Amino acid sequence: MSTVEQSPMDKAPVIDFDKFKPSRSHTAARKRKDFAMGLLIGLAFIVALIPLISLLWTTISNGMKRLNLNFLSYNMSGVIGGKPTPSGGYGGILHAIIGTLEITLGAMVISVPIGLMCAVYLVEYSNRSGLAKSVSLLVDVMSGIPSIVAGLFAFSMFTIIAGPGTINGFEGSVALSLLMIPTVVKSSEEMLKVVPNDLREASYALGVTKQRTITKIVLRTALPGIVSGVILAIARVIGETAPLLMTAGYIATTNMNLFSGQMTTLPVYAYQQYSTLSVTCPASAGPSCVTSIPMERAWAAALMLILIVLLLNLIGRIVAKVFAVKTER
Amino acid sequence: MSSASNSATTAAGGKTADKVFKGVAYACGILILVTLAAVALFLLFRAWPLIGGDQAQNVAAIESFTGNKAHNFWQFVGPLMFGTVLVAASALIVSFFISVGIALFISHYAPKRLATALSYVIDLLAAIPSVIYGLWGGIVLVPAVYPFWNWVATYFGWIPIFAGPAANPPRTVATVALVLAVMILPIITSLSRDIFLQTPRLQEEAALALGATRWEMIKLAVLPFGRSGMVSASMLGLGRALGETMAVLMILSPGLTYSAHLLQASKNQTIAANIASQYPEANALGVSILIGTGLVLFLITFLVNFIARKIVEKASV
Amino acid sequence: MLMVRSEFQLLIARNQAVTAAIIRYEGMRIMRKSMLVRSMAVVSGLAMMAALAACGDNNASSDSTASTDTTEKISGEFSGAGASSQKSAVEAWIAGYQGNNPDAKISYNPSGSGAGVASFLTGAVAWAGSDASLSDDEVSQSKSVCASDATAFEVPVYISPIAIVFNLDGISGKDKHLNLDGETIAKIFDGKITKWNDDAIKSQNSDVDLPDTDITVVHRSDKSGTTKNFLKYVKDVAADAWSYDVGENWPNEVGQGASGTDGVINTVSQADGTIGYADASKAGDLGTIAVKVGEEYVPYSAEAAAKVVDASPLDDTATGDNRIVVKLDHNTTASGAYPVVLVSYDVVCPAYKDAATAKFVKSWLTYVTSEEGQQVAADNAGSAPLSDTMRSKVNESIAAIKTE
Repeated sequence: MSTVEQSPMDKAPVIDFDKFKPSRSHTAARKRKDFAMGLLIGLAFIVALIPLISLLWTTISNGMKRLNLNFLSYNMSGVIGGKPTPSGGYGGILHAIIGTLEITLGAMVISVPIGLMCAVYLVEYSNRSGLAKSVSLLVDVMSGIPSIVAGLFAFSMFTIIAGPGTINGFEGSVALSLLMIPTVVKSSEEMLKVVPNDLREASYALGVTKQRTITKIVLRTALPGIVSGVILAIARVIGETAPLLMTAGYIATTNMNLFSGQMTTLPVYAYQQYSTLSVTCPASAGPSCVTSIPMERAWAAALMLILIVLLLNLIGRIVAKVFAVKTER
Repeated sequence: MSSASNSATTAAGGKTADKVFKGVAYACGILILVTLAAVALFLLFRAWPLIGGDQAQNVAAIESFTGNKAHNFWQFVGPLMFGTVLVAASALIVSFFISVGIALFISHYAPKRLATALSYVIDLLAAIPSVIYGLWGGIVLVPAVYPFWNWVATYFGWIPIFAGPAANPPRTVATVALVLAVMILPIITSLSRDIFLQTPRLQEEAALALGATRWEMIKLAVLPFGRSGMVSASMLGLGRALGETMAVLMILSPGLTYSAHLLQASKNQTIAANIASQYPEANALGVSILIGTGLVLFLITFLVNFIARKIVEKASV
Repeated sequence: MLMVRSEFQLLIARNQAVTAAIIRYEGMRIMRKSMLVRSMAVVSGLAMMAALAACGDNNASSDSTASTDTTEKISGEFSGAGASSQKSAVEAWIAGYQGNNPDAKISYNPSGSGAGVASFLTGAVAWAGSDASLSDDEVSQSKSVCASDATAFEVPVYISPIAIVFNLDGISGKDKHLNLDGETIAKIFDGKITKWNDDAIKSQNSDVDLPDTDITVVHRSDKSGTTKNFLKYVKDVAADAWSYDVGENWPNEVGQGASGTDGVINTVSQADGTIGYADASKAGDLGTIAVKVGEEYVPYSAEAAAKVVDASPLDDTATGDNRIVVKLDHNTTASGAYPVVLVSYDVVCPAYKDAATAKFVKSWLTYVTSEEGQQVAADNAGSAPLSDTMRSKVNESIAAIKTE
């Protein structure tokens, strides 16, 4: 067959297709590599789980020791060293819980209206203008502000406006709201964006003004998402420590006034107890005096903090889920 | 907010309310710009004695901060900047591969039900406050991790950054980097996961149809698609690590040098942790100096975040 | 919040009918009322919590043997600031003082000696705690805060031994000691001696089997009066082996730093082979160094610390009225004296612009330096009580405070 004619094809290079045929060992190697990478990827997850489990385990096992009703219902006034208080406890975190709630509430009151209106501006009024673009970019950048810089900002602002040495809970609220605004803007913006345009148009068609359309239709529709976004934002800032160290201070007694005097918060309390480490017991004190009480208090406060944050996260998700079912029908 | 407009019944009233509402919305948008400018301005104002004040006093204050180790602001803030970047970068390197691995696991390996559960677990990592990471790192991790670092120093000591002897207790950059890696892991993971999930289905299926294994499909289709997303996710993680205060403050044994020996103690300190530790005992001028370092940190994180967002913007267009 | 983004998108289906929206709109109007009711419930709930909050105070402990002094009770709010070393003692003093004067509210901010004196000099606090005596400059500045052109003075209130703590497997433990002289201590903290079985250590501890463990020096990373007093001791007893200046910052690059007394203790106890210095009250289960004084080795104790203070002269370079500054004699050879000691002072004015403050400061200092006050501090902070001779000197100064 090859002797009769000389086709131009003969001059073409001969391709050895066998070379490209997957050899058994090559396929095996590829499979092995696939398996190995799958294993590595699975391993990455387990590696990440180790610290999480270790952290939760130590916090829970150490925190359970002191986290009881007495701990939750007293503050630290009149607590000396490792001696028990007249009520039989070893001091508590009532003042810190109240401080945390008030300061976070203050931050919420500042940042939710501003954040929400900013999101409204970005979604409803901006028309993709240059201003909107830069606002959007700066919101992103703002979400990256280190918490300690937020603390320094609030501190400087109050020093300049209210005089040097000003320390109060509201100053902490201002610092936290700086961290909270960008998260509120981002989550609300996402929510407003997914409100269907049909709703807006139907509303305009009925002659409703833009303001009423936004407040009555758009915000209403997006409400569950906005609420859950706000709750998650709160969960985020409620554990902040560094900015509150310099703005809200640390005291042993309960301070109910957000606008005057130092206020203790849970994270700062945990940090201060960690830095105290241990206390001295007089030789005459007997076994009721606990030398290691500060660390036990720190762990208990940490456990309480984790519980609060998880609870907030859970509420946020439930709000999102429960309302989401209704809107989908 | 939503109940503000009940009284607006007449058309004229509606128009006024409309205008007011629009004005408020615009004002809030602009307020963001003003706030950021105010942050920079207030910090600059309080840090002004550093630039415009009596330089001899500044030198004295910085010398008293550092025990005569630094004599001007740049000698003081230089090692701090170096330490900040070193800590954050090491944390990012540790965290990056693990995060991408987890993101791939969630997006392409785990069954859907498991993937949702895993996402919650990763979100749980993000929800834990930094002070608790600090507690855990300072009390549990530091004593536990020494044998590992000692092993690293013994067998990898020839790599300059792992030069021994490993400090004991290891209150070192290496240990802090581990903790920060765990802290920034959720950010990088969730962002990368979102990007990986957006990989065009057709490309993935095409790769598989050509006989690619799952890993080859990921290498051919998913990773190239998600590259810019992974880069910007890491930049955001880096931004977070740069500003982390409490975990560093509670673990690291501080120092003011340009040393990159990760396993040795008392070599580096970060700006944020330095502010938190020096602030309580600083006088007015000392606070100005610390705020000056805070301004530097602000600029660094601003830049990192800005670049990250720019990359996202470019990729999403 | 980036992680919740995909969830948000699930929340609202895109193809929602207009009619549904209008129905929802009506429904929302009704819901709003119930939300209002609910939010009111939340607010009132918070208010109830607020009412509860006042009950959080622990009653001042009544177990302190309240002396039945007949002097008039002090009331009002007063604050002090300064040395963090005094913190646990001041906490105990405040509790004890309030046992006698229930209407007095006292706070102490342990911001550090320098910051405390600075805020005293601005008049922000009634008294300052300080680990160091006042400088001449500070004394002259105090004229502006004290009334009738008087200058501030300081009296010792808190004498505490500084323990040199170490952690060495099988050797360290509560009330276990290693013997070292000043020169060896200086060399260890200067990084010249790096092994626990170095000949210099061995020769002083012939009965202990020392391991071949590396020494890790742990020092304070923050400014501290403890550091200054420790360095003064080292410089005084081993000037040849210690070339650095004495200051509140740690001078060399040896070992690792830790923040605060508790940071040092924490770091030392976390690893084998560490050595550090810290306020003795926190030494806990760590081993401590018995320091060579004369020909004997003396472990720290409150009594031993009191001895060196008694054996030390007053600093006659401290010019100004009523000032009592101890010039610690670190080279003392007095038997049973422990020379590594921190003396912390209270800085006050002899006359205040506000009569109530003057009365408070006088009664506060009287209580603090009294036998009872010193015993309270000894119990709760492990300090050494002032000796009677010292107390009589201090009382003379306190008597100079004008309360009229």
